[in-house]
This record gives sequence, C-alpha cells and structure tokens, in this order.
Amino acid sequence: MVAHAIFFYVFSIIAVISAIMVTVSKNTVHSVFFLILDFISISCLFIMIGAEFLGMIMLIVYVGAVAVLFLFVVMMLNVAQQKNQWFKSESTSSSHIPVGLIISTIIFFELIIVVGGWKYKPELSNPNTTQISNEISNTHSLGQVLYTEYIHIFQISGMILLIAMIGAIVLTFRRREGLKTQSYLKQISRERSEGIEVLEVQSNKGVKIDD
Amino acid sequence: MTEIGLGHYLTLGAVIFSIGVIGIFLNRKNIIVILMSIELILLAVNINLVSFSIYLGDLTGQVFTLFILTVAAAEAAIGLAIIVVYYRNAGTIRVEEIDKLKG
Repeated sequence: MVAHAIFFYVFSIIAVISAIMVTVSKNTVHSVFFLILDFISISCLFIMIGAEFLGMIMLIVYVGAVAVLFLFVVMMLNVAQQKNQWFKSESTSSSHIPVGLIISTIIFFELIIVVGGWKYKPELSNPNTTQISNEISNTHSLGQVLYTEYIHIFQISGMILLIAMIGAIVLTFRRREGLKTQSYLKQISRERSEGIEVLEVQSNKGVKIDD
Repeated sequence: MTEIGLGHYLTLGAVIFSIGVIGIFLNRKNIIVILMSIELILLAVNINLVSFSIYLGDLTGQVFTLFILTVAAAEAAIGLAIIVVYYRNAGTIRVEEIDKLKG
C-alpha cells in the first residue's frame, strides 16, 4: 500500500509539473517533449492501477503517433523561431490571461467540490456482465466486452479513424504544376490508329515528323 | 495519506483538466499549444474514466476510454492538417492574425 502511494505521488507530480510546462514553455518543441513525458507518466499510472491494456495503448497511440505528428508539424512550420518574436510584442492579447485564470480556478474548485461530495451509491452500479474479474487478464476481459457488447461502437470508431485519414489526406494533398507523371489510363487506352501513321513517302522529299 | 483512493485520481484529473483550460487561455499566440492543451483535457477525462472503472469494478469505463483515445487521435490528425493547410495559404498561424472569417 505504501509502495502504491509512493508511486502514485511520484507519477502524478511528474504529470502535473510536465502539464504546467506544456502550457508555459516558450519553445514549442519543448512543449511537445513535456507532453510526451506527461503521457508516459499517466500511462504508468494506468498500468499501476490495473488497466494495463489502456496504458500500453496510450503509449502507442499518444507517444508513438500523436506526439510525433505534433513534432513533425512544429518542425515543418518553423514555429519554434516564430514564437520568440511573439513574446516580444505583448500588446493585445495579454488581457485574456486574468479571465482565463479566473475561469480555470472556478472549474477546478467545482471539480474538487464534486470529488469531495461524491459518495458511492450502491444501487447506482448494478452488477452486470461488464464486471472486472480477477481470474482473466485486463486485455482478455476488455476484448471479451469490446467485440460482443460494444461491437457497433467499435466499428463506428473505426469509421471515424478512416474518415480522419481521408480528411487529412484530402486537406493536405497538393497537385503541383508541371510535374510529369505516368497516366495509366492514358497508356492503356491508346489505340493503334492514333499511335502509328502510314505515310506515302515520295522519293527525294522525305517525311516531316512533328513531335 | 498512504491510502490511495478514488479521490486522489479524481483530484489528479481535475488538476490536469484545469491546467489544460489555463493553457488554452494563456497561449493566445500559438495554435499548436492550444491543440496540445486540448489533448491534456482529453487525458484528464481519460484518467477520470479509468479510475472510476477500476474502483467501481466495471469495465465500461475502460471501453469508453478506448473510444475517446480514437476520437482524440482523429482530432489531432485533422487539426494539424488544417493548421498545415492554413500555413500554406496564409503564411502564418499566429492566432491574432487568423481572422479570415471575421468572427
């Protein structure tokens, strides 16, 4: 129990500090790295609390895909240099900061009040088939539920991923001018009549070839 | 103090959620950091769902965390694609200068 407490405090303090650093860091690349650290510590918490599959999936999806995507975009758009100039001209938008702080504190205290006043109501969660059992592993039990009860939502989430992929490709696709590419349709729809031409060659005149 | 209960995890989720909201207001200049703050908010929601799922002994919370993960990944991909397209067209992604819709 003490080990659990020690690990919880270590990971949660790392997570909170890196979350703060994500928002206040002046360099965008540093923000992305602190975001990665945040995701890693939260997934360690998930693994510790007993949701191993979700912890691993968080590592794969967030650290492996989303954070690298952020890094690529920061690198391509050259934002790291721009931000230094942004902080020099603190003229207009600094008036949003007090309002944001007030709203965030209100939200935080509302959430804390909800946490403090929350009591476990026994009749709220009726035991059903989605109960966690200690005999099979977390991944096994998630798979048993995910592919039976939630199969339709699972397939809809697959459709969401497909649509996001198509949307990202369509948004960023750019057809360049003057680029020579193969056109398969043009190649296979060539006919003999337009490909060759039979000429009557007269003597001593030659043939004029237009190309 | 040594007994870690549901309240500790919910408090952690509340703290990270508030930091995400602060980040949206604080970074009025960099739109990529705003997207990262939205990721932090979704992470806080995931912490809440997983801790409720574990402490109530019900797997549904973890299943829905999986779906939130899917939606968050799709949102990040689409958002970054929109940022790339906007940068290509307008030459800037400073938040004050994104005013084409005149909102």
